[in-house]
This record gives sequence, C-alpha cells and structure tokens, in this order.
Amino acid sequence: MTVTTLTINGELVSASPGASVLEAARENGVEIPTLCELEGISSAGACRLCLVEISGTPRLQPACVTAATEGMEVQTDSERLNRYRRMILELLFAERNHICPVCVANGHCELQSRAIENGMDHVRFSYQHPDLSVDITHERFGIDQDRCILCTRCVRVCDELEGAHTWDVAGRGTKSRVITDLNQPWGESDTCTSCAKCVEACPTGAIFRKGSSVGEMEHRRDRIRFIADARKKKEWSP
Amino acid sequence: MSVSENKRRPRIATVWLAGCSGCHMSFLDLDEWLFELAKLADVVYSPVADVKEYPENVDAVLVEGAVANEDNLELIRKVRARTKAVVSFGDCAVTGNVTALRNPLGDPENVLKRAYIEEANTGGRIPSDHPLVPKLLPKVLPVHQVVKVDAFLWGCPPDAARIRAVLEKLLGVEKPAEVDAINPAAGQETAKTKDGE
Repeated sequence: MTVTTLTINGELVSASPGASVLEAARENGVEIPTLCELEGISSAGACRLCLVEISGTPRLQPACVTAATEGMEVQTDSERLNRYRRMILELLFAERNHICPVCVANGHCELQSRAIENGMDHVRFSYQHPDLSVDITHERFGIDQDRCILCTRCVRVCDELEGAHTWDVAGRGTKSRVITDLNQPWGESDTCTSCAKCVEACPTGAIFRKGSSVGEMEHRRDRIRFIADARKKKEWSP
Repeated sequence: MSVSENKRRPRIATVWLAGCSGCHMSFLDLDEWLFELAKLADVVYSPVADVKEYPENVDAVLVEGAVANEDNLELIRKVRARTKAVVSFGDCAVTGNVTALRNPLGDPENVLKRAYIEEANTGGRIPSDHPLVPKLLPKVLPVHQVVKVDAFLWGCPPDAARIRAVLEKLLGVEKPAEVDAINPAAGQETAKTKDGE
C-alpha cells in the first residue's frame, strides 16, 4: 500500500496506509481533542469530541473512526467544531455527578483537562443529578458510576488486551452503565483477573485504586500502549 | 466588562450563599493587595464587613456559593437587581459542587432525614421547625441557573492571583498586556509578573 495524501487545515499532508483521520493528524503534528480514544486499543467513536469537518459532507465525522482517504479535505479546528465540542463536554458534566474538588482524579482527569483546554467555564444545561452507585466489593479497586462518561475504554482494554471481557455496557440511553460480568458485584466476578488495565485506562476517577484520596488517583494510561506494543511488536522494554 | 467608566469610585461587593467560605478565605489571601483594592474601590457589602442590607448601585459582585435555600434565593435576586456585573465566584457558584451533592437524594425532606435522623448518633431531630432556619429549595442550583451571570471564576477555591486578575479587569486597572482573567493560564501569568517585580 502507498501513503495517502490529504489536506488537513489547508496543508497538504501524507498519512500511513490505513490511517484514521486522527492518526493522520497526529502524524503531522495536528492536535485533535479526544476522550474515549486510547493508544493501544481499538477506537470506538463513543465521545464525539474528535469530530472534524470533511469537505463534501455536511455531517461532522469522528476522526478516530474515519479512515483518511486520498484527496480528503479535513478541517480540525473551527468555531463550529469548538462550539460542538464545548456542548459535548457540558453534556458529559451535566449527565452524572462530577464533583471535581472531592474526586480522586482531580488534576489527573482527562474530562477536566479537555474542559479547561476548551475554555468551558460553566455548564449551560441542567445537571441531571442521577442517583448512582459505587461498587467497592473488589479487593483492590472501586468503580464510582457518578464519574463514568461511558467511554468504554475499560470494556475494550479488558476484552482486547486482557482477554477477560469482565466489563461491558448494560442498559440504553441515560440508563447505560458499565457492568462487571452479568451485572454482579465486581468483587464476585469470576472472570476478572485483577490486572488493573481498566484502572490505568480510565480517563476520569470512575475506576480507581481503593484507598486513593482526593487528587491521588494517577492513571498510568501510557501503560496500555506499552502492553499493546509489547504484544504486537515484541518490544518488551519501555 | 470594566465598571470604571463612570466617574465616581467603583462600588464592589462579595456575597456568601451556600458554600464553605473557602472562596472568601482565598479572597483574603490577596494579602497586601487588599490595600490596593481599598484605594481602587469601596467594598460596600461583604461577609467580612458588617453591612446588614445589600445596597443599591453596586458595580460588581463576587458571589460565593450555590443557591440552596430560600434566603439564598431572596439575596441573589436582590444582588442581581442592584448590581451591574455578577461574577460566579468558585465552584459552588459555578457548578453547585459539594453543596449539590444532596441533589441525587431528591426531596429536601429526604436530605434532612439522612443528615439529622439516620446519621444522628443520639437524639435525632430536624432543626427546620425553627423559624430562623431557612427552608431548603427542592434542588441546589448553580447561580447562573437562577439569575444572569456575567463572568465565571471557577476553582475550589479560585487562587488569589486569579481573583486579583478578575478584579483588576473589572476595575479597568491598566495591565502590561491584556489578560483573560477567567483563563487560569492568565492567572499564572499575573502571579509571575508579580514575582518578577
């Protein structure tokens, strides 16, 4: 296969064969904000933060799951995109109970970081304040549904890298929840290997190590990329 | 949004709704710059000044805390009607924050029962039968969902450098370079400039 040539923000660039628009942008030093995407696992297009404009189609497309094609004209930064990205962030904050100052991931949270980068200084939508559960039945880890943004990183990393598929999503719409096994307490899961890949992958404070206090939960998200590379390319040293 | 276009001395205020007063503590962290502030403007109402009634013709106000009870609601409406620029001051004002943790429990009766009966060690009693205790609103709301807000200064609490940046912008203080006071990066820049002096 040969390289793909396309235009990103008016610049003619080339991308590796089979690259997504997001990968093509990154190869050429163009930043696109992302949340559900994580290097080392497949892309899901779940958060819609990486939406870009593509000439010839009125619809915005998620860069992480859109293939870069020959002659494509992509715009990654515009007033319209920033408006939608801000709206997406505000909806994520309004949907569940994100109380940053008392969160284990305060200061190490991708949702919080994206909001600051975007300039989101308040939420215009009504906070939903759903009554959600916290599961701390696992010996070492916990899941607080209040902080989950349904990015499905935990589901993908558990399935694709660990091969356990302990995590999945149950319910529809606002009733969607990540669950362990058949919606059983995490501590009673037969499939969980306690490998902590979901803990490292989580973008917020939803999945955490037990005993973490406010701001102490630092996810090592780059470990996922490292494990994936180790498997695929036999690269065993960091 | 500068309020200094008029000739008379600017009148500023700070208000404390449902919050922990941490934002006001951070305001006091302005330390010696408070003397500069006193030269630039009159502080006409504040929890740290003994003024009973929120006055008319206030140019700018920093509002700490969310709107959680009937007293908060009455005061914030008065504040909005009597003030040119309303700033949501800190995370409780901007998002509801910790004060809004009660919202998932629903009806205020459930909240009071949880706090004063279920969690009581001895002799649980709900204090709301006393006439001085304001009634809780059905939900704790961020300030901008009750009245129009002109600027948002988030943080729990916002640090003094950012509070100063906002006040300087409101008071039209000449800055070496125009900074966006709401942007935390701008606050850091202000702090750096201060250290460099």
